Amino acid sequence: MASISDLKLRYRILMRTYSYRTYGWRPGAVLEKPLSEARLAVVTTAAFHLPDQPAFDESVTGGDVSYRVIPKKTALDSLQIAHKSDAFDSSGIETDKNLALPLDDLADMAATGRIGSVSPRHFSFMGSIPSPGRLTSHSAPEVAGLLKEDGVDAVLLTPV
Amino acid sequence: MIQSVIEKSGIPTVSVTMLREVTEKVKPPRALFVDTPLGYPLGRAHDPDLRKKIIGCALSLLYRRVDLPIIEEFPPVDVHA
Repeated sequence: MASISDLKLRYRILMRTYSYRTYGWRPGAVLEKPLSEARLAVVTTAAFHLPDQPAFDESVTGGDVSYRVIPKKTALDSLQIAHKSDAFDSSGIETDKNLALPLDDLADMAATGRIGSVSPRHFSFMGSIPSPGRLTSHSAPEVAGLLKEDGVDAVLLTPV
Repeated sequence: MIQSVIEKSGIPTVSVTMLREVTEKVKPPRALFVDTPLGYPLGRAHDPDLRKKIIGCALSLLYRRVDLPIIEEFPPVDVHA
């Protein structure tokens, strides 16, 4: 089992002492249609970006809260990973991006009718954002707006 | 945090998590705990069948609307098998 106890000392100290914040989402949204009619999108924190998009900036104090739009038709092998950390093993997502951004799987699930459709746009953030203020006040609401523009019915999130 | 912002905007969300103890603190509305090492949110590389099982399990949680937040568990996965 992945556990904070397994992490290197400096990450253990950070994660055990970090003041995790919550964001008031209540009462919660409701999916009002069957999955077979629902449009799905993925939001990942794998720090994926297209070759022609700027990489995430790991030097930003408090964390880079920007995001990258990943179109549905993206060749997953072309994605680059801007943020690698010795806190986790990145070899899996390096060899198979579907591990965090399962666009091939969602396309299969849409083709077989398990889900309605795959959204035209998906979103990639970087993880490790110790100061998430601008994330919750700006970047994440922007992404929520784009998801609504795309008629997304539900979102799968894949932290790495 | 991103999940909670999207949920608050009116779109239902579900996440997968490899660190249950962090998810218990952040309290997003719905999460599927996948017992894999960090870096392997959807199981194993090059195993689309397993990924789709995990995705399907996660998406099934979207219909949960009471007793939120919830963290369900996916059976243990050997990512190197």
